[in-house]
Amino acid sequence: MSANTVGSEPASAPLSQRLGRIVGRAGILIPFLIAFVILAVISPPFLRFGNLTNILDQQAGIIIVACAGTFVLIAGGIDLSIGAIYGLSGAVALTTASSISPVAGIIAGLAVGLAVGIANGVIVTQFRINPLIGTLAMTFVVSGIAAIVTKGNLVVALDHLDFQSFAATKIMGISSAAWIMIVIAILAAILLSRTTFGRYVYATGGNTQAARLGGVRVNAVRVSTFALSGTAAALAGTLDASRVLSAQASSGQFLTFTVLTGIIVGGTSILGGEGTIGRTVLGCLFVALIANGFNLLGLDPFYQQVTLGVILLLAVGVDAWSRRFE
Amino acid sequence: MAGLRPTASADTVASTADGNVHLEVRALGKSFGATRALDDVSVAVRAGSVHAFVGENGAGKSTLGKIIAGVFPQDQGDLVLRGTTVSFRSPREALVRGIALVAQEVALVPRLTVAENVFLGAEPRRAGFIDRVSLRDRFDRLVADAGFDLDARTVVGRLPLAKQQQVEILRSLARDADLIVLDEPSASLSATEADRLHEIVRGLRTRGRTVILVSHFLAEVLDLSDVVTVLRDGRVVRTNATSDETEGSLVTGMLGRPVSRTYPDKRLPAVDAPIVLAVEGLSGPGVVDASLTLRAGEIVGLAGLIGAGRSELVRAIYGASQATAGGVQVAGAALPGRPGASIEAGVAMIPESRKDDGLILRRPIRENVSLTSLRRFERLGFVRRGSERAEVRDALERVTGSSLLEAPAGSLSGGNQQKLLFARALLIEPGVLLADEPTRGIDVGAKRDIYDVLVRLAGHGMAILLISNEVEEILGLAHRVLVMRAGRLVAELTGADMTEEAIVSAAFGTTITTAA
Repeated sequence: MSANTVGSEPASAPLSQRLGRIVGRAGILIPFLIAFVILAVISPPFLRFGNLTNILDQQAGIIIVACAGTFVLIAGGIDLSIGAIYGLSGAVALTTASSISPVAGIIAGLAVGLAVGIANGVIVTQFRINPLIGTLAMTFVVSGIAAIVTKGNLVVALDHLDFQSFAATKIMGISSAAWIMIVIAILAAILLSRTTFGRYVYATGGNTQAARLGGVRVNAVRVSTFALSGTAAALAGTLDASRVLSAQASSGQFLTFTVLTGIIVGGTSILGGEGTIGRTVLGCLFVALIANGFNLLGLDPFYQQVTLGVILLLAVGVDAWSRRFE
Repeated sequence: MAGLRPTASADTVASTADGNVHLEVRALGKSFGATRALDDVSVAVRAGSVHAFVGENGAGKSTLGKIIAGVFPQDQGDLVLRGTTVSFRSPREALVRGIALVAQEVALVPRLTVAENVFLGAEPRRAGFIDRVSLRDRFDRLVADAGFDLDARTVVGRLPLAKQQQVEILRSLARDADLIVLDEPSASLSATEADRLHEIVRGLRTRGRTVILVSHFLAEVLDLSDVVTVLRDGRVVRTNATSDETEGSLVTGMLGRPVSRTYPDKRLPAVDAPIVLAVEGLSGPGVVDASLTLRAGEIVGLAGLIGAGRSELVRAIYGASQATAGGVQVAGAALPGRPGASIEAGVAMIPESRKDDGLILRRPIRENVSLTSLRRFERLGFVRRGSERAEVRDALERVTGSSLLEAPAGSLSGGNQQKLLFARALLIEPGVLLADEPTRGIDVGAKRDIYDVLVRLAGHGMAILLISNEVEEILGLAHRVLVMRAGRLVAELTGADMTEEAIVSAAFGTTITTAA
């Protein structure tokens, strides 16, 4: 082997290259901290416990879906159907909860997501349909079913406060939905970074052919990631239906976009093989900070969308730029 | 101190003095991550010459060629083109200044025709539409001028690699390139194809073009080039007239020490060594009715022309492709034909293309080595990192003497990447190793390392099926040779019958000398 020594970079490497590597490593942490400090300085209400826990509560569903979506992206796929699953699961969970029991509602909601997720995986692996197209098609199918289930109406069950306790119980001032999100994020991080499954997810997305020849059952891995993603979307839909005790087929319309923005802004590569849960959580929180900042400062929400779009482009651009230095 | 110049630059100065300099690189430096690929490299390339860069893998010869062609920018130093300092941000900018790169992997659009590829991006136009008549016209003139035998209308994807390379060369000529960088042009060519390429290179020189030849093949370099620059560890060892060099002097320069081009001693397996792999009537994609056996400790060479089905046979045995008939037994038990099951049964494969089929380049070395044996380090689904690290380090040390673990696999040179695949195979402690061109694209020194590893493994009782394009390598290592032609095993050669003539004639299907 050549006498390379890791970590001792030649001092002669140009500044742009060293900067590129540092930015590549720190990633989303830097803009997140900058946004946090700016908001704390210019808007005193930002640091209030109520505001911060509110952000966590609102982001709970998004971060849960994004954690699972990170697995899908790392394994080289993409899941566009998460918004539709979110809508259908919320409706199914609420209907079942009000007609049978809250526990049955939660189980039914999650089961729907798991089933659609596995279907997505089978479509992508067995029928060899491009995941972008396959899950786009499933978006229509699932949204359609959700509209049929709800008959196009807003499903309301305002008297079922027992079901509401699933998402809205306060523990140490923080909602149970936020606690569930925190637990799931930690479990996802462990699953991805410490287990053989996590290792196979990286291998599958990093080089599918090499993983397959190395004995990794790549199709099983990819189906599993879609199953995780579907179940997570269902959990998010069920939590949000529980919180507001209402559900609508179209409620997840913007979820797919928000989640993918969070994941990609966090630094998970759209090309697969790379990413971490920590970065995804930071990416989602960063997007949430921007939105929160617009609210606190009373800025026009339309500019918020423009800003998010620009941030997404920047994130992809910075990723491409920092890759040049490896 | 002012008058004292290091003697190493004397050659450079000498070659600058005669003839006009087409391109000069001055004090070039380049790093990739922690690896210093080029350091203070200065070379002058004379106009109208064939200038070769030689060196081991990782010596920096390819990097130098690519910087000259604008593939990536240098960190330090200057490129001086006909007296003007230039800087390229892309191959396109280099092309505008007349520098074209013909890379190891051809970069053509497979579904377009030869002519369309040649003029891609520079099509003659009339009123915004491609002027087909003038395109054909220009193509015909170009082909005639270059002396190639290419049909304008053939779809490029159907052409053999050698022809695709000619298309690439034509493409650079179509853009009036007068300096063409050929990066390992003959690495994937057969002997006749390589001869044809050599004629083409000579033709280019006759027509006044400057050629930079980056090559592993020293015979080719000695045969073709006027000037040769030897690189080692990212530095120039010397630039010299090729006529003053020999294969031995180049190797010594590349390695910094003389190296014997010999092979390790053969240690034949015991006559009663058990059969560990038995393939019976195996058919599959590219393979017809193949039967063979391997004994423990035996190295069996699998020879044949490119496309004869050697890789396909190995892939079918391993379960990477679906067999349509026949079966494989390992130590008496049938293999179900899945890579995972083959690994569990103790069959390891080192695939032909380490980049496409072998490594996950962006992941750490440790993860690449442990990938196939991750189950061993698993407890309740978790990877036990301590034992993983220890065993990976151990396996790496057995093949490389290095214990670098956390750098991305892609940051290593080709030879070292290949050794990762050996370390990976070692970790599963296989009884059978299927090694598909394990020395492809590797320099002399690293090749010898791989030979030693192969012989040592066989000495420990591993059965090895070795594919190689170099007949000499097969003869040097194998205890027995199988030859394939058109998907079938056509000859088995042992003992004194293992000669280059016998292998080649079996591979080509000419007279096969059968022993008594």
